[in-house]
Amino acid sequence: MSREASGNPARATDFARESGQARSESLLAVNLVGLRTIMRKEVKRVSRIWVQTIVPPAITMSLYFVIFGSLIGRRIGEMEGMPYIAYIAPGLIMMAVITNSFSNVVSSFFGAKLQLYLEEMLVSPLSTATIVVGYMIGGIFRGLAVGVLVTVVALMFTRLTIVHPWITLSVVVLVAAVFSMAGLLNAIFAKTFDDISIVPTFVLTPLTYLGGVFFSISLLSPTWQAVAMANPILYMVNAFRYGVLGISDIPIALAYALIIGLFVALFSLNMWLLSRGRGIRS
Amino acid sequence: MDALRLENLRKTYPNGVEALKGIDLTVEEGDFFALLGPNGAGKTTSIGIVTSLVNKTSGRVVVFGHDMDRARDAAKACIGVVPQEVNLSMFEKLTDIVINQAGYYGVRPRLARQRAEKYLKALHLWDRRTDIARNLSGGMKRRLMIARALIHEPRLLILDEPTAGVDIEIRRSMWQFMRAINEAGVTIILTTHYLEEAESLCRNVAIIDQGRIVENDRMTRVLRKLHHETFVLSLDEPLYAVPDLGSFTVRLRNEQELEVEVTRNQSINQLFGMLSERNLTVHSMRNKANRLEELFLRLVENKPGASGQGQQA
Repeated sequence: MSREASGNPARATDFARESGQARSESLLAVNLVGLRTIMRKEVKRVSRIWVQTIVPPAITMSLYFVIFGSLIGRRIGEMEGMPYIAYIAPGLIMMAVITNSFSNVVSSFFGAKLQLYLEEMLVSPLSTATIVVGYMIGGIFRGLAVGVLVTVVALMFTRLTIVHPWITLSVVVLVAAVFSMAGLLNAIFAKTFDDISIVPTFVLTPLTYLGGVFFSISLLSPTWQAVAMANPILYMVNAFRYGVLGISDIPIALAYALIIGLFVALFSLNMWLLSRGRGIRS
Repeated sequence: MDALRLENLRKTYPNGVEALKGIDLTVEEGDFFALLGPNGAGKTTSIGIVTSLVNKTSGRVVVFGHDMDRARDAAKACIGVVPQEVNLSMFEKLTDIVINQAGYYGVRPRLARQRAEKYLKALHLWDRRTDIARNLSGGMKRRLMIARALIHEPRLLILDEPTAGVDIEIRRSMWQFMRAINEAGVTIILTTHYLEEAESLCRNVAIIDQGRIVENDRMTRVLRKLHHETFVLSLDEPLYAVPDLGSFTVRLRNEQELEVEVTRNQSINQLFGMLSERNLTVHSMRNKANRLEELFLRLVENKPGASGQGQQA
């Protein structure tokens, strides 16, 4: 069928020339710029709403230190040869990292999905991996920002000397990455606001409280010890405690294996779901 | 080169609704193309598939020679889209929204800032650049979505109801802007419910109904297929009975207005001759409906009056 396709060739050059430049960019370069953009956007989001993202966990953790560390902790005495407040400090820091990296990604991705502006990325040539890594870095950023703040609060109550700095750093980053991926998984399936509050309330909080933040599993009976070993957060808290204090209920290699294994599994699952369009495409 | 080619595109949703029943469509580079159809006809599904927001069931999408299945990234880099629903991040500043979008297409920040200024100025949003999207009016949000869609300077711009809810003055200025963008070499596909808009802007048109293309041709040819037009005549003197105007079909709208159908074989001169013979003085005359609107309604309601030569299975 013949058409009256038009266009003024002389004026067409403006657009053609400039968009030609953009097209000559390699796919890798496009994705690197895109990744930086998502990271910047996520960091800006966390910073813009710092009253919601950074301050509340710092206040909550201060209360934990006052009540469990300073007031009750004095009566408990020592745990595994450490003052109780020093013993719980790594667990509380890890608790803040876990909840904040999770909630950052779940709320940011779900918000973008709900208000449809996730489409900005979906229509672009960005790869699924870039989108996943971008959100993950946003989650890690908030997890670490809150973690640092809680550490500062902890230092007001107790002295902390980091025994294994590299283990401490690698564990905290890996755990933040794991829970960023868990948050993304939750956001992919979520359809309502209830769906994004169920997991933190009914899964994350109980697992964290029972994950050795406040006690050593050596206090539990053998049966309950076996049950506790099924909780992945126990491995994370203990690995981090090993990095900071040099003590752990779990062999550090086993903890690393579990954390890395979880990360790989969640990252791959998210990649598979998003590349199939689960939860984001009709 | 074809800007867009759809081959036997089909989409069946999980609930069994067959939204597209094998669509074939070609849009040439540089065209200003109207994709029209009633609500639920399959326009937005087609656009969703082209922009990869909807997974197709079968068929092929080719954008500037890039097959969407084999070279998805290259194909997507050529497209800019303004969706029907507002999909802005409401708490972000206007400049951040457009600069971020540029980043998703690999446009570096410095160039993105220059382009943000260029397009926000062109769409009269520069003064509001530090505002958050939530504070904009409906028309401003639509214009912001256009600026965002243009920030990576796409070769194909898809506008899904870009002027919905926009007042007439801004709509006209948006038409002017779209014409200029098209003249600059950008192929535009427009869906709209304002058929006057499609008639005035587009050179080619496809009408989609119940998942099938029912008309696809040059706008001027499509309009020629309209067998008759209906005119509303305002009379100087009141009338209380329908006058006999020979072969013309006449209806009295009210005592001051006559509605007359003029077929392709009749002429306005004949009509006015008849009116003069009956001493009826007409002081103004207008089309009852936009011509494209009349044709559109006949096609989608399966009424006689359109030739239907361009109909496809």
